[in-house]
Amino acid sequence: MANHTTTEASFENQPTWSGGRSPFNVSYGKLMMWIFLLSDAFTFSSLLVQYGTQRFSNVVTPITTKWPDPASIFNHFPGMHGFHLPLLFVSVMTFILILSSVTMVLAVEAGHRNSKKEVSKFMIYTIFGGLAFLGCQAWEWYTFIGEGARLDGNTFGITKQGYDHLHSVGFGSHFEWLDGDRTFGPVPFAALFFIVTGFHGFHVFSGVVINVVVYIMTVRGVFERRGHYEMIEKAGLYWHFVDLVWVFVFTFFYLI
Amino acid sequence: MSTSASHAADHHGHDHHHQESFISKYVFSMDHKMISKQFLITGIIMGVIGMGMSLLFRLQLAWPDEQFGILEMLLGKWAVDGKLDPNFYMGLVTSHGTIMVFYVLTAGLSGTFSNLLIPLQIGARDMASPFMNMLSYWFFFLSSVVLLVSVGVETGPASAGWTVYPPLSALEKAMPGSGLGMTLWLVAIALFIISALLGGMNYIATVLNQRTKGMSMNRMPLTIWAFLFTAVLGLLSFPVLLGASLFLIFDRSFGTSFYLSDIYLEGIGALENVGGSPVLYQHLFWFLGHPEVYIILMPALGITSEVISTNARKPIFGYTAMIISLMGISILSFIVWGHHMFITGMNPFLGSVFMILTLIIAVPSAVKAFNYLTTLWRGNLRFTPAMLFSIGLVSFFISGGLTGIYLGNAAMDIQLHDSYFVVAHFHLVMGSAAIFGMFAGIYHWFPRMYGRMMNNTLGYFHFWLTFISAYLVFFPMHFMGLAGVPRRYYQFTLMEDFSVWADVNKLITVSAIVGGFAQLLFLYNFFVSIFRGKKADQNPWLSNTLEWTSPMDVRLHGNWPGELPTVYRGPHEYSRPDRELDYFPQNEPDETAPEVFEPAVVTEAPKAEEVPAENSVFFAAIKRVFGLSR
Repeated sequence: MANHTTTEASFENQPTWSGGRSPFNVSYGKLMMWIFLLSDAFTFSSLLVQYGTQRFSNVVTPITTKWPDPASIFNHFPGMHGFHLPLLFVSVMTFILILSSVTMVLAVEAGHRNSKKEVSKFMIYTIFGGLAFLGCQAWEWYTFIGEGARLDGNTFGITKQGYDHLHSVGFGSHFEWLDGDRTFGPVPFAALFFIVTGFHGFHVFSGVVINVVVYIMTVRGVFERRGHYEMIEKAGLYWHFVDLVWVFVFTFFYLI
Repeated sequence: MSTSASHAADHHGHDHHHQESFISKYVFSMDHKMISKQFLITGIIMGVIGMGMSLLFRLQLAWPDEQFGILEMLLGKWAVDGKLDPNFYMGLVTSHGTIMVFYVLTAGLSGTFSNLLIPLQIGARDMASPFMNMLSYWFFFLSSVVLLVSVGVETGPASAGWTVYPPLSALEKAMPGSGLGMTLWLVAIALFIISALLGGMNYIATVLNQRTKGMSMNRMPLTIWAFLFTAVLGLLSFPVLLGASLFLIFDRSFGTSFYLSDIYLEGIGALENVGGSPVLYQHLFWFLGHPEVYIILMPALGITSEVISTNARKPIFGYTAMIISLMGISILSFIVWGHHMFITGMNPFLGSVFMILTLIIAVPSAVKAFNYLTTLWRGNLRFTPAMLFSIGLVSFFISGGLTGIYLGNAAMDIQLHDSYFVVAHFHLVMGSAAIFGMFAGIYHWFPRMYGRMMNNTLGYFHFWLTFISAYLVFFPMHFMGLAGVPRRYYQFTLMEDFSVWADVNKLITVSAIVGGFAQLLFLYNFFVSIFRGKKADQNPWLSNTLEWTSPMDVRLHGNWPGELPTVYRGPHEYSRPDRELDYFPQNEPDETAPEVFEPAVVTEAPKAEEVPAENSVFFAAIKRVFGLSR
């Protein structure tokens, strides 16, 4: 309702919280986006709490875990079959997503200068970044499923080294020895991966849809007529949040 | 007056003349006043259904071997020969809990009064985003419909209790209600969470951003403070339930084992699930579940503060203490969830941590209770029905709160857990107390909603019948619980030890039926008064707050014709000795004050460069954030 630019001007001499103006000098839309992101952070926290609980209930000793080693599972790269390239592909994915955040910042900055041409250019880059990330994730899932990952079971396990250590400390005798280098690991390993990265992927997908809508609005001159490009900032907030969440998901699922 | 506000005023001044269609006025309305009425009426309908369910299972508990022909007529195959089916009994208990907790006391209470009062009491034209507000209602409506459908499906409603603990809720074969009924329950709750988030974002953004000139945070009525904290709690806790139910859905439908581990099911044998933890679901659920208790209670407390202050013709005792205790309750509510789980096998050390934190909640709660009593002390009391219901709330809050101290003890909980003591405790402290807050709000703001008055005499009968029957229903349950009678049992006829409670059960059921009939008085009063009630004056309770300055006779989308009111003082300035009238509306300038046009509280905030670097910038920031720098 209240137009934030005029509100700022008329009440600039008033104390921040005395009413009649926005205390943070933001429009209600941007404020709501922040509030939404706060609440979404709690959604992701609950998912990561589930992950943490499952993950750490499988820690046997401080150095031994029944959890499969991600670096030995996510070691594929398109076109490089047979090479052991631990976490290379997911690093590329992460880099793409962070790059798309950078182009989003550039779009927001161009929006401050009311430069329609540059905003649309950088929005296109951002959209492509998001689509590339989604494509990479599809490949990652495809490969993972192809190796036998399922929601209701787990074919991934610990390595020979870890298996021997588990035996030496008196645990893990009920593990079935499968082949040269793997045993069955904890059941929720793959399911957690699919649900949490899937939920994040859904967020990226929504972000791409939002970005496309905002891009079309930019190109059709909606924001130019409106006089400000605040919508780009709101979409940007969401996009950076999705990026930030990925950093946590990446850390939890691939690095720890 | 700011240019922006006067522009908006002009805009709205002309806006309401053009003809609104029936659809845009009553159905897909974006006016917060209409949306609040939609929430209220839906909440009342859900409340009638929820209360009816409780009467059905109370009949079963009081007369377990009797046959009621009317039950078979009503429920068909769920009550063959007039005797309630055990599975359907579980479904009724679950649906009663879900409907009352989420649909009546969360959406019906907070949805109604946040929507009605936030814009009106802070002097805003509408919610920050009227469109999202409308969406919030329609998601809630959809959710209500799905829940009611789930009660009617062939395999019965969800039956695992309103907390839907796995494995009962996760295994479709565990009991009849765990099938389609449970799925629909989850869908309904997911829709409900979306509605709560849309609403909550709106409430917070509106309170922070849309306050009118002079309405600093420390001049807001306590209702608004309560709604603000309620919205924050909902916003931070509901997403966790969303996460928890996401995993539950995968466990139910896709064969994962997040909450399932080593289960043997009769008729099927051992299941394949391994490695999950049902306790984790309880942790996640109660991370929502405990704040949810305060989501229910805090709006009622806020309404009570306002009603008691107005009708005692006194400033509320300890305005700042009330805010700080609300804040304390809000923060503590997030770190006490473990007291629902003392006997689940949780680490006993963790149990004692949760116990201490739980008992600390008694402090802000007691501050609130004492402040209500001291506000009433030597007040110029007017016993309107709203006032009676508010005092009733204080009574329930105290007597239900006292038993909370027993339940919060990890050692006592071994005996009391899952007994009727728990049922008695939470029905008094959050059930009856919150519903009394809701009644107080309805009686108090009915003139604001419909421009007419409710009938006082019917209101008095409604209050006394409800008050007495609520105590008669829930007070005896304490003794049953102390004796170890477990909750959620279909009947006790095979347990000789519990046969002494048969008469008490009859007393409870008779009281519940009396209480149920008392609500018919309310329904009659409410719906007839909408059309036939006495026309209300502009400010029928001689109240200070801004909602009574917006015109009553015309429905105005935008709330005030012309300019928005400017606020000059706090909301509770009743019976000021220097005034002839015993109230002093917030928007009336004080002619005797030195600065007429400038709001009196406002002191110039120091410019950034004038604040000494080492002179506690942190505290200055806190002061400004909470508007404390008088």
